[in-house]
Amino acid sequence: MLYVAVAAGAFRRYATYRAATAAGLATNTVFGFLLAYAYLALWQQRPHLGGYGPAQALTFVWTGQALLAVALIAVGGVDELQERIRSGDIAVDLHRPADLQLWWLAADLGRAALQLIGRGIVPLAVGALAFPLALPADPATWGWFLLSALLGVVVSFALRYLVALSGFWLLDSSGLALISALAGMFFSGMVLPLRVFPGGLADLAQLLPWAALLQVPADVLTGARTGTGLLRGLLFQAAWAAALLALGRLVQAAATRKVVVHGG
Amino acid sequence: MADRPGGRLPVLRDALTGYALLAWMQVRSALAYRTSFVLMALGNFAASGLDFAAIALMFAHVRALGGYALPEVAFLYGTGSLALGLADLLVGSLERLGARIRDGTLDTLLLRPAPVWAQLAADRFALRRLGRVVQGLLVLVWSTGHLDVDWTPGRVLMVPLMTVCGAVIFGAVFTAGAAFQFWAQDAAELQNALTYGGNALLRYPPTVFARDLVRSVTFIVPLAFVNWLPALWLLGRPYPLGLPGWTAFLSPAVAALMGAGAALAWRHGLRAYRSTGS
Amino acid sequence: MSAGSAGPLIELDGVEKVFTVRRRAGRLRRTRHEVRAVDGLTFQVPRGEMVGYLGPNGAGKSTTLKMLTGILVPSGGRLRVAGLDPARDRLRLARRIGVVLGQRTTLWWDLPLADSYDLVRRMYRIPPAVFRANLARCTELLGLGPLLDVPVRQLSLGQRMRGDLTAALLHDPEVLYLDEPTIGLDVVSKATVRTFLRELNTERGTTVVLTTHDLTDIEQLCRRVMVIDHGRLVFDGDLAGLRAAADGERTLVVDLARQLPPIDGVPGARTVRVEGPRQWLAFPAGHSAAPLVAAIAARYPLVDLSVREPDIEALVADLYARGGAARPQPGDEAPASP
Repeated sequence: MLYVAVAAGAFRRYATYRAATAAGLATNTVFGFLLAYAYLALWQQRPHLGGYGPAQALTFVWTGQALLAVALIAVGGVDELQERIRSGDIAVDLHRPADLQLWWLAADLGRAALQLIGRGIVPLAVGALAFPLALPADPATWGWFLLSALLGVVVSFALRYLVALSGFWLLDSSGLALISALAGMFFSGMVLPLRVFPGGLADLAQLLPWAALLQVPADVLTGARTGTGLLRGLLFQAAWAAALLALGRLVQAAATRKVVVHGG
Repeated sequence: MADRPGGRLPVLRDALTGYALLAWMQVRSALAYRTSFVLMALGNFAASGLDFAAIALMFAHVRALGGYALPEVAFLYGTGSLALGLADLLVGSLERLGARIRDGTLDTLLLRPAPVWAQLAADRFALRRLGRVVQGLLVLVWSTGHLDVDWTPGRVLMVPLMTVCGAVIFGAVFTAGAAFQFWAQDAAELQNALTYGGNALLRYPPTVFARDLVRSVTFIVPLAFVNWLPALWLLGRPYPLGLPGWTAFLSPAVAALMGAGAALAWRHGLRAYRSTGS
Repeated sequence: MSAGSAGPLIELDGVEKVFTVRRRAGRLRRTRHEVRAVDGLTFQVPRGEMVGYLGPNGAGKSTTLKMLTGILVPSGGRLRVAGLDPARDRLRLARRIGVVLGQRTTLWWDLPLADSYDLVRRMYRIPPAVFRANLARCTELLGLGPLLDVPVRQLSLGQRMRGDLTAALLHDPEVLYLDEPTIGLDVVSKATVRTFLRELNTERGTTVVLTTHDLTDIEQLCRRVMVIDHGRLVFDGDLAGLRAAADGERTLVVDLARQLPPIDGVPGARTVRVEGPRQWLAFPAGHSAAPLVAAIAARYPLVDLSVREPDIEALVADLYARGGAARPQPGDEAPASP
């Protein structure tokens, strides 16, 4: 099938960036250590902060580093789509028989799969060696985590796709991309778990789409979400994924009309 | 021209002229896309602001972190961010060296009568990077108003001194990281571990971290001299490794040493490029 | 003005450039081997000359240019430009040379053309009077006047090339290096650039070294041609000499009234290709085509004919296959000189 081939192609392409992957791993590991020590200092004084024990908090840190390249920064990702919209080459793509959104989703999933292997495993392993982590022994929990991470990547893609499409109306969408990436860092739980945010902000942040990127997958892995909580988390992610992909289709249709009317 | 061969001063003048000219052209080019420029400047300001928001959120739950109160942590945050922000503003675009080697445009810089290092440092000069500088400065000013410190002239002078030395130390890391790209062109992200990672480290008090980590950033990659050592002297706190008091004043020497080391690495890298081509 | 004004402007003596290339051999193993990109080049270029520097891709042309400008350091031999060692005195040399790389602009993409020139003026510290005079002359000869306020990104390839040429000349360089200056340009731009270069060389005495694939560039501009292959100089002389040295063959293309078997029995020529009523005959470059035409017209129903010159690539290829079975390809439509 076409989209499987697209995903496999993206996987192979990102596999060739070895030096970049190694450099990224070094950065992930350094930041993992720093945050881990800061969290330790925090949880020493408040051992049950946000409902996490110290081991769970540390696991949260290293899960964040493992998913950083996969779902948060998404190195590469839809940059090329952004560039094609800016240069106007996108007009050609819109007339292809393949669906634009599915094509880029497939490519992004291929990228995410490679980066999960290349930049996800090592930080978790380093973290587990250096600190007492609360990693699950039960394979089913790992399975739920992978599903949750996959949904997180889809939500992340749907958001980045919308930002890229804004390039049809804005002269240069890189400013918006930066703002959106920042919102992602803050409201995904990357700088601090959302449950640790004060009162109302914590509740609000856990309803926003960015919570699907890290907060939910990390909660699944640390065992903070089980049973119905786990199910609710996955449904939350799936709902945002569906809503944002649908919105992406609407915007895509509008963009196509615009290109057709203006002749590219 | 009347330059005597080997004269240092003309080279310095060429470097400054080249830097100023290219930086100015960059600023004017960026203003060609006004909306994006404003959004990027705001984004940069917000990006560093979020870091501090995370710390503030932590202090919503505790009164002290590693034994340090919020104004003290804010002081560490402000001095570290200001130093990194200045280095990033002035020489941060050195990280584009690898990209320039890959697309072959480093050669056009080598044809101009100004040192390549200065040209590259100005290559993507962007006023939007002022965002971090301004944000660091704001936090620093706020913290000085809330610190319980006797502001003797020595302590007051220490603040600009450590800022300048810190900026030089981070600038040396940027330079050394770029020099490494002469050999590994797509390893631009590696230096982030030391620059942005270093900044993330220095905003927390050293008491938070394991001894070995503190030792390695004191003796191996001496980032601790950006703010930890001088700031802890200023705050009247003991440095965890039990170093003698005068080490708090070593930042200028460390900055000079790291600058010299980075310059050597750069020369070595440039020579390797020019003898192997791309 | 300069110490080296008495001797030749450019001097190479046994210049070499050896690259070490690492290749992946298998999963982890890597093998190193040496590539001699430039292998013992020796030549001189006196002041005021205009030289064409030719060779197939990968022959060492751009490596030579990079050594002449100080970008690359030679692995061996001696190299002097205007009395300076380019690699050691790169910054000082930069003020005395001009370089235009055909496919790579040095102009500022988002800013008006004039702003790029102002940058050059300040960076090279060009005295205002010199700058004004040079800019006025270049903009007039190259027709850039109306374009000075236009952002570079809106210029056509030909306009940008002329813009780059001006930028390279504002500081009165003693030598101008051009890498493929006319590649991709339209006919009018090509002609303008050529006329300009000729004027620059004859009126102002600027030394010019250019690489090109375009035979017309060489024919119209250069009295001297150097050919390099595998890092070695294989020819140094004028274009006629190159044709003779290459033992090149010209091609006579004849259109007959109808399809016929290959023409034979014409002394000094052999039929190399037949396509319907059209036939191609190769004959030595040094010979006149007239007797051939007469011989063919006497025996065959001749409708039309033309003579094709071998193109540069073919000449250069012949130079290596000297004595071999190389033959000119019916390539570019060079002016059919009688």
